[in-house]
Amino acid sequence: MTVTEAPPGSPAPAGPLPRKQPVRRKLVPYWLLLPGILWLLVFFALPLVYQASTSVQTGSLEEGFEVTWHFRTYRDALGEYYPQFLRSVLYAGTATTLCLLLGYPLAYLIAFKAGRWRNLLLVLVIAPFFTSFLIRTLAWKTILADGGPVVDVLSTIGFLDITGRLGMTEGNRVLATPLAVVTGLTYNFLPFMILPLYTSLERIDPRLHEAAGDLYAKPSTVFRKVTFPLSMPGVVSGTLLTFIPASGDYVNAELLGSTGTRMVGNVIQSQFLRVLDYPTAAALSFILMAVVLIVVTVYIRRAGTEDLV
Amino acid sequence: MLRLSTTWIRRNLVVITGLLTLAYLVLPNIIVMVFSFNKPAGRFNYSWREFSTHAWQDPCGVSGMCDALGLSLWIALWATTGATALGSMIAFALVRYRFRARGAVNSLIFLPMAMPEVVMAASLLTLFLNLGAELGPTTILIAHTVFCLSFVVVAVKARVMSMDPRLEEAAKDLYAGPVQTFLRVTLPIAAPGIAAGAMLAFALSFDDFIITNFNSGNTVTFPMFVWGSAQRGTPVQVNVIGTAVFALAVIVVVAGQIISGRRRKSARSTERHAHRAAARSAVRSTEGRPAGPVPGGTR
Repeated sequence: MTVTEAPPGSPAPAGPLPRKQPVRRKLVPYWLLLPGILWLLVFFALPLVYQASTSVQTGSLEEGFEVTWHFRTYRDALGEYYPQFLRSVLYAGTATTLCLLLGYPLAYLIAFKAGRWRNLLLVLVIAPFFTSFLIRTLAWKTILADGGPVVDVLSTIGFLDITGRLGMTEGNRVLATPLAVVTGLTYNFLPFMILPLYTSLERIDPRLHEAAGDLYAKPSTVFRKVTFPLSMPGVVSGTLLTFIPASGDYVNAELLGSTGTRMVGNVIQSQFLRVLDYPTAAALSFILMAVVLIVVTVYIRRAGTEDLV
Repeated sequence: MLRLSTTWIRRNLVVITGLLTLAYLVLPNIIVMVFSFNKPAGRFNYSWREFSTHAWQDPCGVSGMCDALGLSLWIALWATTGATALGSMIAFALVRYRFRARGAVNSLIFLPMAMPEVVMAASLLTLFLNLGAELGPTTILIAHTVFCLSFVVVAVKARVMSMDPRLEEAAKDLYAGPVQTFLRVTLPIAAPGIAAGAMLAFALSFDDFIITNFNSGNTVTFPMFVWGSAQRGTPVQVNVIGTAVFALAVIVVVAGQIISGRRRKSARSTERHAHRAAARSAVRSTEGRPAGPVPGGTR
């Protein structure tokens, strides 16, 4: 086997000398970038500035809001809504872990064991997307209905006893409990875990497994020392693609949960759209953004893959 | 006997867990499909009562639902057009040109994807409120174009990066002008990436709820309609639309698979000949030349 590809980071190819570029050609990239970047600056960056300014305003809807550098809003918001923050991190973290545990075997199955069924399985992973996720989330109300077959089985095998002891369920009910919300979150973001896992697993040369086997590695050792390390890029981007949207989600908590399962997304939504307390809402949104960005940065640093984009 | 079955389970653990996960993924779709044939007792379509095709015979029978569906399609179409045009241009600039502020541009693309949707939704709402803009289809369209843009850039960038720059150089060597090279070489090769980006943008926009929820005012898109119906009562027609779109998409995907499979089969024989010829000429052309790095190996 010979390596035909140039290793990444090799010196520039000894091709023809770069042609002299006229000034007009030098401007081409800027013209290409201009409309899109302008759009992002006006409708993505500028709104963040407005949100920052809103978060330090005081006033009321009737008299209007004014910037008074009132940073107490942040402390008050955190003091009042820290349970929702904790819940968001906890639920999103649990859902991400479950996605990884459930998604890895399926991605592995599609990449290495599916054979001619591979395309069909991939279609089945993507197909749920074609029905609106709100409709599919509502379907969980039917599946997890009180006294339904799923809940009956879960309570017969004693699963609900365990989750009840962990504080995830209450009695013989799943709907309106944290378990229902985590089930919904896991379900909704599972494909975002499976697809990156699959892409990174699919790239692994199966001959590496054979080589490891030839060198007397047990199947579990092959997985631990060869397969899993090589799939790390997929694990990292999969966890990010799951954790980030799950931490800000309020749809699952609203449709499948109860007032006791409200996440920070629910608070931001109701403060902005119902209570109309804009400074508190903006402050909460900013704290959420900061928390997620810090978690993501630390995680990427620790995982050691910085070239995700 | 028991020993045998436990070893069997252990040996096939990956397959069993994988298939269970797949069932978990597909189960809600099956429920949606089955309940599109339900005749519920009350306003909510959550428990089974009796088989009926009444919803399928009158899919637009619920007031406002098909209008909402039409509006969602309209917004998705324009958001896709805008995001694909702007995003493809950015992707080309990022891969093909060196320029200042490259890092800043990259993070401006990455950040919208790295923060929860609710943050972007809320900040856009503060902008619109501060500017006194009226919330409606236009603000939804603007918001959708923003968040679809980054995904298009990523999809197109991946494709343009894997393109062989020698093909364009060859076109130039054959006296094609820059416009001709772009239209007849670059664009056709980049087309799959652009199409993938556009499809992703369409799907994201059509199914978007959180950003729409914040920036729609009183406008009702299809996801907004479903959200509202979860509070007021879910008509069976919602399941009909969900099932119909699902079936249509699956048919398109499967048909595409079959067609491309057939094409690949017929192309394989001709390709084999072409490969052999190319290999032969490549060997000939590298003979007697010092070995050097492969051109076009850098990004």
